[in-house]
Amino acid sequence: MNTLNPTEGFETSIASVGDAPVKVDVRNLNFFYGGSPALKSVSIPFVKNQVTALIGPSGCGKSTLLRTLNRMYALYPGQKAEGEIILDGENILASKDLARLRARVGMVFQKPTPFPMSVYDNVAFGVRLYETLSKADMDVRVQDALTRAALWNEVKDNLKGPGLGLSGGQQQRLCVARGVAVRPEVLLLDEPTSALDPISSAKLEETVTQLKADHTIVIVTHNLGQAARVSDYTGFMYLGELVEFGPTNQVFTRPATRRTSDYITGRFG
Amino acid sequence: MTASASKVARRKLTNVVFEAFCVVVTVVALVALAAILWSLLSQGVGGLNLDIFTLSTPAPGSRGGLANAIVGSLMMCGLAMAIALVVGVLGGTWLAEYGGRSLYGSVVRFINDVLLSAPSILVGLFVYEILVAPMKGFSGFAGSVALALLAAPVIMRTTEDVLLLQAATLREAGVALGAPLSLVIRSILWRSGTSGILTGALLAFARISGETAPLLFTALNNQFFSLDLRHATANLPVVIFNFALSAYDDWRRLAWAGALLIAAFVLAVTILARIVAKEQRRS
Repeated sequence: MNTLNPTEGFETSIASVGDAPVKVDVRNLNFFYGGSPALKSVSIPFVKNQVTALIGPSGCGKSTLLRTLNRMYALYPGQKAEGEIILDGENILASKDLARLRARVGMVFQKPTPFPMSVYDNVAFGVRLYETLSKADMDVRVQDALTRAALWNEVKDNLKGPGLGLSGGQQQRLCVARGVAVRPEVLLLDEPTSALDPISSAKLEETVTQLKADHTIVIVTHNLGQAARVSDYTGFMYLGELVEFGPTNQVFTRPATRRTSDYITGRFG
Repeated sequence: MTASASKVARRKLTNVVFEAFCVVVTVVALVALAAILWSLLSQGVGGLNLDIFTLSTPAPGSRGGLANAIVGSLMMCGLAMAIALVVGVLGGTWLAEYGGRSLYGSVVRFINDVLLSAPSILVGLFVYEILVAPMKGFSGFAGSVALALLAAPVIMRTTEDVLLLQAATLREAGVALGAPLSLVIRSILWRSGTSGILTGALLAFARISGETAPLLFTALNNQFFSLDLRHATANLPVVIFNFALSAYDDWRRLAWAGALLIAAFVLAVTILARIVAKEQRRS
């Protein structure tokens, strides 16, 4: 059996991003579900206008890390984070205005979550929270968001139709459109293609690559091929620790740690 | 081998016996229901005519109908539902989204569950004590409050269940856009739970429309047509109760007709609730 030997290979390797501008800098982050720790002293930089993939086996803390970045965990009493998450110089763990933070840091979930309203209203929902646009401006914004999410051509004749009437893949791209419509600076994607068929997945990956021109993107994925295809940086997590972080091609071709190489070569996971 | 064969035989026998028992019990229940419906139909249809809907309850021996009782019932049930919807939906929302996990929340939920199965006559007596006695008079308002007390727990329960059934991700998706939770509840969760909440409300409506006991101590009755809920108000259940126990044939005919009306109304509302629930599953 090729299992991870618990007595060896516990080294970590966190590469520096050099001069690249860091949009979100996570420093010494600890996270607890009630009493049990889920993240142990994680430090990871997310570079501006780049895609960073978080990989690792189930339960390693990658989704937990993602959910600290927009403080989604704050919805649930008993979950708490310690450390620092610096977004443009401000520690968001100390931030009071969570709604404003979440408008800056958008999120797309594992399963499509269209709201029970029309395609148009789904996209306009978040925009209306913070901006008062004329009908014409809103039309432009909705079209722009749907185009970025590679969905416009499929829904342009049925904008008044229910969002729930779309296919699974379309619903997920609708959620991406809804997320980018509010023009967030950071976009968090939590296994966005795990519920999608291969064709829809490919479309979404293409979308992600295009979106990084305007957004800093963090994507959690179980799909190593996807991480290799879409991301510029990769972080490998295991048991609540960040084991390795570096440029994606380096992590995948010349992993610096034993655990990373075991994981990406499929010895465990 | 033989031991196993006898085990199988015994299991089959048990199965046959239990199945037969289930069939018999079902038939008993269905026969009882059919008998009730049959007597309702056979005795009630004869009394149905236009007078029922246009004339008020008569003195024995004279021409009359149930118009005052029908209108009184509709008004009281309508007002009761308005009160119960506000209390029930807000209470259920609070339980599901805000306070449900606290000690206070579990106390509220427990008391609500107790109210769900509280004898309706107790609710009538309670409202008599807090409204009728201090105000020195029976009134339609008191009747509405009593009915609302019966309907609100049902709506509160369904609202909580419907909201909890919704995927946590829908709530998170709204919050993730920067919307405050209260707005997510109002514009997303309530909307996607509408038909579930509506189903609960319709079932509550069906339940209170046939209640007699809480109205005996609150709205009492009124033999004249009146739209004024500040005084005793006529209503179908109490009229049926009084007329059915009377010695006059024409009153008893009206009681049967009224009973048929309520049964038909409850059936219609229940069917409507089923259709609404089916809509919910489809979306």
